[in-house]
Amino acid sequence: MATEAASLRAKHATPIAERRIRSLLGEIFAGTCAGVAAILLLTIFVYVLREGVGALNLDFVTQLPRPVGITGGGVANGILGSLIIIGIAVIIATPVGVLTGIYLALFGSGTLAESVRFMADVLSGVPSIAIGLFAYTLLVAPFHHFSGLSASFAFAILMLPLIIRTSEEAVRTVPRRTREGGFALGLSKYATTMQVVLPAARPAILTGILLGIARVTGETAPLLFTAFGSQFMELNPTNPMAELALQVFTYAISPYQDWHRQAWAGAALLILAVFVLNVAARFLLKPPSTKRI
Amino acid sequence: MANDVSSPEEQPRRREKPAIVFGLHREPFGPRPGEEEPVGRQDRAPALESAQLITDKITAFYGSKRAIEDVSIQFQAKAVSALIGPSGCGKTTLLRCLNRIHETDPSARVTGSVLLDGTNIYESDVDPIVVRRRIGMVFQQPNPFPTMTILQNVVSGLRYAGLAKSRSEQLEVAERTLKQAALWNEVKDLLDRPAIALSGGQQQRLCIARALAIDPEVLLMDEPTSALDPISTGVIEELMTALADDYTVIAVTHNMQQAARVSDYTIFMLAGQDRIGHVVEMDKTNNIFTHPKEKRTEDYISGRFG
Repeated sequence: MATEAASLRAKHATPIAERRIRSLLGEIFAGTCAGVAAILLLTIFVYVLREGVGALNLDFVTQLPRPVGITGGGVANGILGSLIIIGIAVIIATPVGVLTGIYLALFGSGTLAESVRFMADVLSGVPSIAIGLFAYTLLVAPFHHFSGLSASFAFAILMLPLIIRTSEEAVRTVPRRTREGGFALGLSKYATTMQVVLPAARPAILTGILLGIARVTGETAPLLFTAFGSQFMELNPTNPMAELALQVFTYAISPYQDWHRQAWAGAALLILAVFVLNVAARFLLKPPSTKRI
Repeated sequence: MANDVSSPEEQPRRREKPAIVFGLHREPFGPRPGEEEPVGRQDRAPALESAQLITDKITAFYGSKRAIEDVSIQFQAKAVSALIGPSGCGKTTLLRCLNRIHETDPSARVTGSVLLDGTNIYESDVDPIVVRRRIGMVFQQPNPFPTMTILQNVVSGLRYAGLAKSRSEQLEVAERTLKQAALWNEVKDLLDRPAIALSGGQQQRLCIARALAIDPEVLLMDEPTSALDPISTGVIEELMTALADDYTVIAVTHNMQQAARVSDYTIFMLAGQDRIGHVVEMDKTNNIFTHPKEKRTEDYISGRFG
């Protein structure tokens, strides 16, 4: 027995030491990569905030843009435009996305579900400018008129795959036995889905919607030929509208010093918004307290 | 049986008729045969003369695979029937065929018929929702609705049927069913707390109360104590015995002592070489455990396999 153990030790002595070293190297490599990623993110964050915070003041969020040459002014129209455009996009994308997710998780099987899932995955990889062009062809060109609504439509398409997949996952995490509990009480499929499954999946679905909002908040490309932009306080979504990200883009490529300053401020505002959305999404995902009574 | 949990004298023999009779009309049952001289759980088993639920050549599929084949059983009304057998013999599948839960699995299919008071529940004009209101079910894992309070859980079936709208009605139902499920004293002040905050055993009793709230005639229980500790198990076993006064209870169990303790009838199932489950023997529990007719039953009872 004793000799056997000794021989086992001898046999494994080198490989174990070697494995420890390999494991250590692996940890160092993974740690370094994680550090680089975190530092990059932090750098962008700090840099944008440093450049932007100077121009970020009450005027910036409450005033309309001023003509070139007059310093000051703000992007109030862009902020409201963003809220309206994204709000309408959420209203369009949420029902379609959540219901599709429920379909995929509970009822979809076979080729139809597989192809819907595949298309959602492909859609999430389509460049946003292509989706902008699609919205342009469908909703701008026929009417010879740019509009906030066409931008909302493009944004809705951008959000859709994210909402579909997170809803599907959220519904899937509700255990089958919970659903069967509904069936066993004589609840219909519809009632079980609406009253049992959906409430249980709600936090995760909301998280998906928030992440969808965060995803489109930074989008500029589809706006170029849909919302188009506006110098005025335009609140009617059937007209061309200002949008924060689009304004940042316009200001950033302009030759004017003051506009550059404002572009930084706008970028800082966008980053803060996305940051808050992500934190909120994280907060929502936290499981509810199941403290014992 | 030497290991009876309690003598019938200690058990609540009668329960008030529920204030709310759910949806369907049915005649109350007369006194159960053998009611007058109850001497022991195994002797309570009446002659099988009032079968309420009858399966006729039930064959259940998952995809193209048969899980059980040609199962024909008569379940005695107002008694506890236990389904026993080794893992994979199709006990749970059979149970799930009895209230048409089996078919909620997209790949699942059933042939044959299940007669509830003479009506085939698999007839094309029978709504599975109506079937499930008359045949309640308690699952292996407690499955309270996670976003609902204790009270909401209890009345969820009634609420969906458009009953028990007012809070006072709901409280009435909750008090009656939670008392039946031996949970009332523990939760009477916590009715508006989330159901998932209860312990596993409490959750399971809540699920029993929830199933009783829609006042079914048959109660299916799929290994209702397998996820619970011994104390909770004891409570639920006593409950099963007591429930048999008013309901037809059909329970799947892995635990032969449990079958011996709580059931009047025992059905022994086994899967053959082809892994398709079928019924080997069904009889009064006492007969199954003392002098089974089948060698295979005897082998299983005495622990020689399974």
